[in-house]
Amino acid sequence: MNGRVSALYRIGLALLLIVAVLVAAALAGDVGVRADFMNRLSAPSWLHPFGTDQMGRDMLARSLHGLALSLWVGLLAASLSVLISTLVALTSALGERADRVATFITDAMLSMPHLMLLILLSFAMGGGTSAVILAVAISHWPRLARVLRVELREVQAATYVEASYALGKSRLFIAWSHILPHLAPHILVGALLMFPHAILHEAGLTFLGFGLEPSRPAIGVMLSDSMRHISAGRWWLALFPGLMLMVLVLAFEALGSASRRLLTPREAQC
Amino acid sequence: MTVLRLITRQLMLLFSVALVVFMLMKLSPVDPVDAYLGAAVSRVSPEQKAQIEAAWGLNRPVAEQFFVWAGQLIQGDLGFSTTYRMPVSEVIGQRIGASLALTGLAWLFSGLLGFLLGVIAAALAGGWMDRVIRVVCYVLAGTPAFWLAILAIMVVSVEWGWAPICCSGPIGVPDQQVTLGQRLEHLLLPLSVLTVLGVASIALHTRIKMIEVLQSDYVLLARAQGASLMDIILRHGIRNAALPALTVTMAASGEIFGGSILAEQVFAWPGLGRATVEAGLKGDVPLLLAIALLTTLIVSSMNLLADRLQHIIDPRTRRL
Amino acid sequence: MLTLSNYSLTLHTYAGFLRRVETPRLSELNLTVHPGELVAIIGGSGAGKSLLAHSIMGLLPNNAKQYGQIAFKGHALSGAYPAGVRGRQIALMPQEIGHLDPLAKVGAQIRWAGRRVGLTDVDPAACLAQVGLSKAVADLYPSALSGGMARRVLMALAVLGKPDLLIADEPTVGLDSANREQILQLLRGQAQAQRAALVITHDLSAVLPLADRVVMLDEGRLVGVEHAHAFLEEGEGLQSHHARALWQALPQNGFC
Repeated sequence: MNGRVSALYRIGLALLLIVAVLVAAALAGDVGVRADFMNRLSAPSWLHPFGTDQMGRDMLARSLHGLALSLWVGLLAASLSVLISTLVALTSALGERADRVATFITDAMLSMPHLMLLILLSFAMGGGTSAVILAVAISHWPRLARVLRVELREVQAATYVEASYALGKSRLFIAWSHILPHLAPHILVGALLMFPHAILHEAGLTFLGFGLEPSRPAIGVMLSDSMRHISAGRWWLALFPGLMLMVLVLAFEALGSASRRLLTPREAQC
Repeated sequence: MTVLRLITRQLMLLFSVALVVFMLMKLSPVDPVDAYLGAAVSRVSPEQKAQIEAAWGLNRPVAEQFFVWAGQLIQGDLGFSTTYRMPVSEVIGQRIGASLALTGLAWLFSGLLGFLLGVIAAALAGGWMDRVIRVVCYVLAGTPAFWLAILAIMVVSVEWGWAPICCSGPIGVPDQQVTLGQRLEHLLLPLSVLTVLGVASIALHTRIKMIEVLQSDYVLLARAQGASLMDIILRHGIRNAALPALTVTMAASGEIFGGSILAEQVFAWPGLGRATVEAGLKGDVPLLLAIALLTTLIVSSMNLLADRLQHIIDPRTRRL
Repeated sequence: MLTLSNYSLTLHTYAGFLRRVETPRLSELNLTVHPGELVAIIGGSGAGKSLLAHSIMGLLPNNAKQYGQIAFKGHALSGAYPAGVRGRQIALMPQEIGHLDPLAKVGAQIRWAGRRVGLTDVDPAACLAQVGLSKAVADLYPSALSGGMARRVLMALAVLGKPDLLIADEPTVGLDSANREQILQLLRGQAQAQRAALVITHDLSAVLPLADRVVMLDEGRLVGVEHAHAFLEEGEGLQSHHARALWQALPQNGFC
């Protein structure tokens, strides 16, 4: 099996896992959300493989709900962020002065610790689901924008684009038929690689109390709750939700790097 | 001249960040007076509340508030922290030592350990050792920082009892009476967790750079001269990979600080990260502003240094 | 001294999106280099000259696959490369300035090269004087060298261990006539007594005065082996068609 075929397998496997999480969360219905005070804080068993929490909720179903929630938040935030990256990169292409302004804003965004910026943004918007989505979207675009800017400069300087200009083609035609096809794989790969970051940051922000509402079955909320049970030795409350989150993040990481291997020209030959 | 331009740019950057952060704080629906009063808010009349607002200058136009705040900032007055009921500069003064011990050391160690692991992985590229290092780094990069911290407490402190469960000293002992040994004992676990988390990206970057070096023409000639792998790594490898690795480590300072906010929360470590969370949750705007600006100053200086270092040290671009 | 028998080399690359193919780069080479001989290998770009040099040094990229045999002094060089051969018995003089470490001074690189061939105490100044460079060059970084200076430093590094076989890749390209003469003299000195040199070049006229034999390489195949003194007048003494065409294409022979 050569490198490209195995990349395809990895993509398939990661997608399968992600779809399975969504389906399982949908099948679980309100199990994991509804309280069941007869079964409080029970250790993992056949009936509850991940145990139950202080309100008797099944941790497996709860974790699945949490992952589904992370997926939706991540999807919305990453899509918005990719859009911002693309717009900023395109602004850079407009001219020297626009490029300087765009670069300055990008640098300014990167000059603050990422989590600090997230806390400030979430604080400014008063916390909650929409605040988290916006905060993650607003804070994640600079790195991808940098990559896209470099790619854009490269394609602008390419002889086939210069030839197109010389032939009198319109800016719109060149943007559509030369520049976009060159950028598209980088945008897709950038979006996939942004996803795991977005999910991790959402969970961290929620854990600190600046993110999703405590009433939601979010991984960050579960782990924050689990802190109260550490000394009592209720390990399952912390272990499983975090493990599930890690697996999801790694699946996206694999999806992103395998796609990069297939789609971007520099790595496609290995 | 270029140095002057860089400093100007850096100042402009800090000013813009200060302005934006200030606007964000003003945008927040959290009312700083309510946050200050807390539960006492029901016992305070609207007139009294208006008096507090006037005393804090909150009834002036936002632009004026900003310049008053910025003016005081330049004179070294960071304002008054409503959470800790003392001047912000005192809060930061009390906590910066603990933060430096945890975050600074974690940054240093993850840089050194990451470089070492990256060099080993690249030297044995394709072998089992390389595979192990790579897999561990990928997994670490996808691990939620606070979760790893919780697991560390669960296993090391609760199960094995090898480390204290929280804080920077024994509970109930005043800070001045904590011995150095006790401090180290409390520091070790959070420091290890934060170091391990920081290693991944530095090791992976070093590995890629080192592999590039090992495939270079000058290493090809060294091999043609009969040099051993150790010879090549020591003479050519470290020389050529150190600078890029240092650059990555500098640029990672922001990530490490982010990790320390989470780790300080889990370990109840009395540093700036925990103060950030407290300030954010309690609407303590002056403290939040001050810490945000301080970390921005550090991270942006690191970024700038990382950017310039290449030009200063590398003989190819160095101008004498 | 050096014998290639039925030596072939392939590199694998991707054809289309998912299919991996092996592309032959050297095919069925048979060649013997005797002690005291200077053999020139002539070929255009892409003929496989540099790959041949790297094959003999045992420095092939990972996607290469070898067939046949290369033997040095009767011992096969396939598989794990025997210790003490590289650098000491066979040395390489590469072509480009990129073969010098950009972050180390020339003097340090000379001392390292010396230690690698077992010389603990190398004097960089004497080593540089051998190729007509002043001792001040030892304190320079490679980025401060001109192309010609770099070529001479690479030559100094290659002859440091007095190797039995020296493989030189385009040693004279871009040098002025005085420098070229100096390099060629060093090469001639190499190919005496029990030692030999293999000079890889695209420039036939530069090596003819000192070569014993000329081997012509085209698209990875040997297309002719000639004695250097057969390149005369109209080239009647040349065995192969390819050699005659090459000889007649030289400017001084009037492009007939």
